[in-house]
Amino acid sequence: MIQRRAWWPPLLVLALVSLAAMVVAVGLGSVNVAPADTLAVLAGQGSELQRTLILELRLPRVIAAFGTGGLLAVAGALMQVLLRNPLADPYILGLSGGAALGALLAMLVSAAAVLVSAAAFGGALLATLLVFGLAHGRGSWTPSRLLLTGVVVAAGWGAAITLILAIAPAQKLPGMLYWLMGDVAYARLSWPSVLVLVLTCLVVLPLGRSLNVLARGPVQAAALGLSVRPLEWLVYVLASLLTATAVTTAGSIGFVGLVVPHILRLVLGNDQRLILPASAFAGGTLLVLADTAARTVIAPEQLPVGVFTALIGVPMFLYLLHRSR
Amino acid sequence: MQTLNCQQLLIDIPGRPSGRPLDLRIEAGQVWGILGPNGAGKSTLLHTLAGLRNARSGRVFLGERALTDLPRKQVAQQLGLVFQERQDGFPATVLETALIGRHPWLSPWQMETADDLALAERSLQRLDVDHLADRLVNTLSGGERQRVAIATTLTQSPHTWLVDEPTNHLDLHHQVAVMELLTEQAAGGCAVLMCLHDLNLAARWCDHLLLLFPDGEACWGEAASMLVPEALEQLYDQKLATAEVDGAPVYVPVR
Repeated sequence: MIQRRAWWPPLLVLALVSLAAMVVAVGLGSVNVAPADTLAVLAGQGSELQRTLILELRLPRVIAAFGTGGLLAVAGALMQVLLRNPLADPYILGLSGGAALGALLAMLVSAAAVLVSAAAFGGALLATLLVFGLAHGRGSWTPSRLLLTGVVVAAGWGAAITLILAIAPAQKLPGMLYWLMGDVAYARLSWPSVLVLVLTCLVVLPLGRSLNVLARGPVQAAALGLSVRPLEWLVYVLASLLTATAVTTAGSIGFVGLVVPHILRLVLGNDQRLILPASAFAGGTLLVLADTAARTVIAPEQLPVGVFTALIGVPMFLYLLHRSR
Repeated sequence: MQTLNCQQLLIDIPGRPSGRPLDLRIEAGQVWGILGPNGAGKSTLLHTLAGLRNARSGRVFLGERALTDLPRKQVAQQLGLVFQERQDGFPATVLETALIGRHPWLSPWQMETADDLALAERSLQRLDVDHLADRLVNTLSGGERQRVAIATTLTQSPHTWLVDEPTNHLDLHHQVAVMELLTEQAAGGCAVLMCLHDLNLAARWCDHLLLLFPDGEACWGEAASMLVPEALEQLYDQKLATAEVDGAPVYVPVR
C-alpha cells in the first residue's frame, strides 16, 4: 500500500523552530536577555529596561526580518513554478533592479526615508509592469520569453544603478551600498511585511494543487481543467507584490528566495501545498537568524544581512544536495 | 456519457490552404485510430478536439454543448488527453504525477482522499509502474514515462480518451498491454481516439480509422473499409506488401 506523508508534522516543526528562533533573536544583542526573561516580557512582565529593549527595539526588527524572509521565500517558490525553472528567484525578472533604482534616485535627491521606501515600491511595480507588458508582446507569452525579457530588463536596471553610483556624491555612497546589499535595519514598520505574508498565504494555499498541475506545463494543465492564463497572471502579480513588499522593507536581500524553496523541496518533496507555507516559515527563520548574526557578530557594528543569509544557506544547501539522490 | 463529436471541423495547420472538413462522432465502445504521415495534423486534431487549440472553422461538441461553452474543469472530467511530449523539467515523483489526474474532480480546498490514492495506486499497478512510485519522473526511461502518463489519465478516469501515440517508446509487451488497456476501456463504455504510426497495431486493435493525408484530404469509417492497401500506400507514399497473420492483416513496407 502506498502511503502519503502527512502534511502537518513538518509545518508544526517549522512553526516551533520559527518561534524559538524569534525568542532567541529578541534576547540577543548588545545586552543579552535570557530566554526565560524574554518570555516573561512577552507575557507582559519583566523590568522596565527589558521591556523597552525588547518590545520597542528588537521585536519590531525581528518581526520585520521574519516577514521579509517569508515573503522572499514564498515569492521564490511561486516564481519557480511560474517559470517552470527551479533556478528562478524573486529578482529574476528584474524587480529588485527597479526598486533599487527608485530608492537610489530618492536618496540622490536626499528625500525622506518614507519617500525612499515609496520610491522603491513604485520602482518595483514599474519593473513588474514593464517586464510583463514587454513579454506579452503581441499575444503570446511563454515562460522562456518572460524570463528572457526579465533578464534583459534587469541588465538595464543594473546599468542605471551603476550610473547613479558613479555620479552620486561620496558621502551618500555608504547608504546606497547598504541599501543595495539589503539590511533589515531599514525596516521602520514591521507589520506590512507580515500582513502581506499572511494574506498571500491565505490566497495561495487553496491554489496549491493547481500550482502542482501548472508545474507539469501549461498544455497538460489545461487538459486537466486548469484556466492556465488567469492562474499565471495571478501567480505573477502575487509574486511581484510579495517581492516589492520585501524589497521596500529591507532592500534586496539575496539568496533567501532561491535557496529556501530548493532546500525544502529536497527535504519535503514537491507538493506546493506543503512547500509554500513551509517556505514562509523557513524563509522567515533564516532571515531572523541571519539578521541576529549580522547585528551581534561584531557589535555594535552591523554587517549586511545578505552576507549571513549566504553564509548559513550555502553550506546547508550544498550538504542537502550532496546527501540527496 | 457525453459523446465527443465535431461538425465541419477544419484544423488550423499553418501554411495549409484548405482541407476536407471533418464530421466525426466518437461513440462509447468505439476505438478510433488516426493514421497519417508526419505533419498531417494528427496531434493538432487531437488538441483541437480537446479544446486546447482553436479550429480554423467548424465546432467541437461534447454531447449537445459546444466545447468552448463548457468550463475547462467540466471538460477535464469527461475528456482525458495523453500527450506525445511532456514537460518533466520540474521535479515530481511518479505517485505525485499520477495523483494530478484527480485534479478535475477535487475542489480547491480538498486534499486527495484515500479513494483517490487507491485509484492512483491501481492505475500505476495496471501500467506496471507501481514499483517506481517514489522515483522522480525525470529519472525514468522514456517507456516508463510513457506508462506514467497513461496511468495519470487512467487516474483521471475520463469517458473519452484522446491518446497521442500510446505505444511511443514502449517495448513489444507493453505496447500490447497498453492497446489492451485502451480496448478494455472502450469495452467498459468509454470512447477512445488515438494517433498511431504502426499500421499493424491499428489493424489489430482499432474498429474505426481516420486517414489524414498531408494535403488536408481525409477519409474515415469502419476499419475494414479503410484498410485498403492502395489507400494506405498513397497515405504514406510507400509500397506495401500485405499478408494475413493470426486473423489480422499485416502490412510490411516493400524494399
